[in-house]
Amino acid sequence: MNAFQWLYSDVVKEHFVNPRNVFDPDEKFEADAEGVVGNIKCGDQMMFLLKIKDEIIQDVRWKTYGCASAIASTSMLSESVKGMDIRKAYGIKPQDIAAKLGGLPENKIHCSVLGDKALRAAIDQYLEKQGRTGEFKGEDAVVICTCLNITDKDIEEAVKAGAHDWQKLQEATKIGTVCGGCKSKAEELLHEYVHIYS
Amino acid sequence: MSRTFVYMDYNATTPLRPEVKERMVEALDVYANASSLHESGRRARAEIEEARASVADLIGAKDTSGLYFTSGGSESNNTVFMTMYQLGRKNPSRRKIITSSIEHPCVMNAAAYLAEEGFPVVYLPVDSSGRVDMEALKKELGPDTLLVSVMAANNEIGTIEDIEAISALAKKAGALVHSDATQAVGKVPVSVEDWGIDYLTLSCHKIYGPKGIGALYVRPGAPIQPLIRGGHQENGVRAGTYNNLGIIGFGKAAQLALSDLPEFGARMAALRKRLMDGLVSRIPLVKVNGHPEAVLPNTLNLSFPGAEGEAILLSLDLEGIQVSTGSACASGSLEPSHVLLATGLGPELAHGSIRFSLGRNSSEKDVDYVIEKLPPIIQRLRRMSTVNPLQSQDQSQTNAPLDRLPGEKVPATTA
Repeated sequence: MNAFQWLYSDVVKEHFVNPRNVFDPDEKFEADAEGVVGNIKCGDQMMFLLKIKDEIIQDVRWKTYGCASAIASTSMLSESVKGMDIRKAYGIKPQDIAAKLGGLPENKIHCSVLGDKALRAAIDQYLEKQGRTGEFKGEDAVVICTCLNITDKDIEEAVKAGAHDWQKLQEATKIGTVCGGCKSKAEELLHEYVHIYS
Repeated sequence: MSRTFVYMDYNATTPLRPEVKERMVEALDVYANASSLHESGRRARAEIEEARASVADLIGAKDTSGLYFTSGGSESNNTVFMTMYQLGRKNPSRRKIITSSIEHPCVMNAAAYLAEEGFPVVYLPVDSSGRVDMEALKKELGPDTLLVSVMAANNEIGTIEDIEAISALAKKAGALVHSDATQAVGKVPVSVEDWGIDYLTLSCHKIYGPKGIGALYVRPGAPIQPLIRGGHQENGVRAGTYNNLGIIGFGKAAQLALSDLPEFGARMAALRKRLMDGLVSRIPLVKVNGHPEAVLPNTLNLSFPGAEGEAILLSLDLEGIQVSTGSACASGSLEPSHVLLATGLGPELAHGSIRFSLGRNSSEKDVDYVIEKLPPIIQRLRRMSTVNPLQSQDQSQTNAPLDRLPGEKVPATTA
C-alpha cells in the first residue's frame, strides 16, 4: 500500500467516497431487524437494518458514526451479505471484511470494523422476534461482551493476533469498555487462549 | 494535472521561508567546527552567535548567555524536566511539579516520568476555553513546589495562557517557572523578561525554519543540567558539535519572525475570522473550541457533532485540503484529544474536532475554498451517521442558533 497515494487501499477509498446501501432518512426502508453496536465514546457506532425472507437477507441498510475505514468496511459488508443466508452471514469476521477491502492497517481492523457485530446483533434480534433466541449462538460463537456483541471467537482471534494481556485485548476488541460486566469471563477466556496460542 | 492544494496545518509544521532557505544554502559551506580555535572555526562561531542573538531577541531575552541550542522542543522540555529530577532527588522536601492538563505530549510524558519516580505531579485543570484554573494553581503552590510548567499557547485549540500571572504566583512560592512556547513564538509577542520565567522552550520548524533545531532559554543563574553529556559546547549544558546549518537557519527565521510579527498577526487574525464566520454560518451546529479572544491568531479548532474527525480529515484531504483532528481514530488510540477532554468537551465533540492552522502562505482564496468544500462533507457524514446532533447535543455547547439544526429523523424498524 502506497501511503503517499492514500492512507488506505483504493477499494477502501472507493467505498468511503461512494458507500453502498447507506440508510437514507427520506427513504421508507421497512426493516425486519435492527442491530446497533459501538459507543460514541470510543469514536465508532454502527447500525444495521435488515430485510429478511426465508432465511435470506433480501436487503440491507446501515448507518455509522465512524472513521473512513468504519464507513468503507460497513459498505463492503452490506454488499456481501445481500442474498446471503442469515446463518452464513452470522459467521462473518472482521478479517473477512478487511481481506475484501484489500487490507486495512492492523490497528483499524478491530477498532473500526464493527459492521459484523452490528449485523450479528440484527440477526439476533430477528431470531428473537421469531422465538428462536440465540439459535446461532454457541454453534459458532458465544457472545461474551453483550454491550459490544463481542464473542469468544473474537477474543480467540485477538489472542492469535498477539493480544496476550487484558490491555492489549481491550485495545484490539474494545471488550469491557462500556459496562465492564464481562471482564471476569473474558479474562478467563483470555488466559485459556493465551495458554493455547502462545 | 493541477489541482487545488491548501495547506492548513501550520501548527504541525511550517515550510521553509525562501529567505531562510537562501541563507541556509549559503550556510551549507560553513563546514568548520565552531568549537575550533582557528580562523574558519571562529568564523562559524561568529555566525552561530549572530543567530543566537536573533533568537534571544525573538523571545525578549536581555542577553544571549542563557540561550542554548537543542535539537528541538522535545529536547528542551526534557532538559528542564530532567534537571528537576536531579534537583528533586537532592532535595526531596521541594520536588512537587505543577503543570497543566493540556500540555504537549512531551511535557505530559516528561512529567509522567517524574511521577513514576515518586515525584508529586499535579495537572492543573483548565476552564472550557482552555485557560488554566488560577485558583487551583494558588491552592497547589507551596514551599514544596519545585516547578510550575505551563505552555504559553496550546497547539490544538490555540488558547493563550496568562504566563505572567502564573509566573508571579509561582515566584511568590519560590518555585521555578517553565513555559513551552513552541506554538506562541512567532505568532504572538513573547518576552521572558516581562513574564519573569526561568525556562522557555522554542522550536525552529514552527517559524518557517528547518526541523531538528530548537532552543532552551535558561534565566542566568537558574539551575540547569545537561540532558546530553559530552564536550564543552553551550557551556557544558548541551554537548554535541554545533549544528551550523540548523542554527544559522534558525537565526534567519527568528529575525524575520520578529520583524514580521505585527503584520503577520493581524493578517492571520483576519483570515481566521473569515474562515470561522464562513464555516459557522454555512454549517449547522458547529462548536468553536478554545478561548474567544486569548487565542493564537492562526488557529481555529471546530467540532462538528455527528461527524467523525478522521472521516472529515480524509474527505478534506481528497479535496486537497490538509488539516488535523483530535479524534482518536486518527491517532491509533482509543482516547480522543486530551486537550479537548480537559476543556470539558464530550468525547463525541472531541472525536468530531478539526484544527485549521493558518500560516504565511494562506490566502483568502484558500479560506474560501475550505468554506466551499467543507459544508457538503459534514452534511454527507451526518446523513450516514448514527448520531443525531439534534438529540445528542446540549444546545448550550454550540454557537449555532436553534433554527439551523438539521432535521434528521432517526430510523425506526417495523415491528
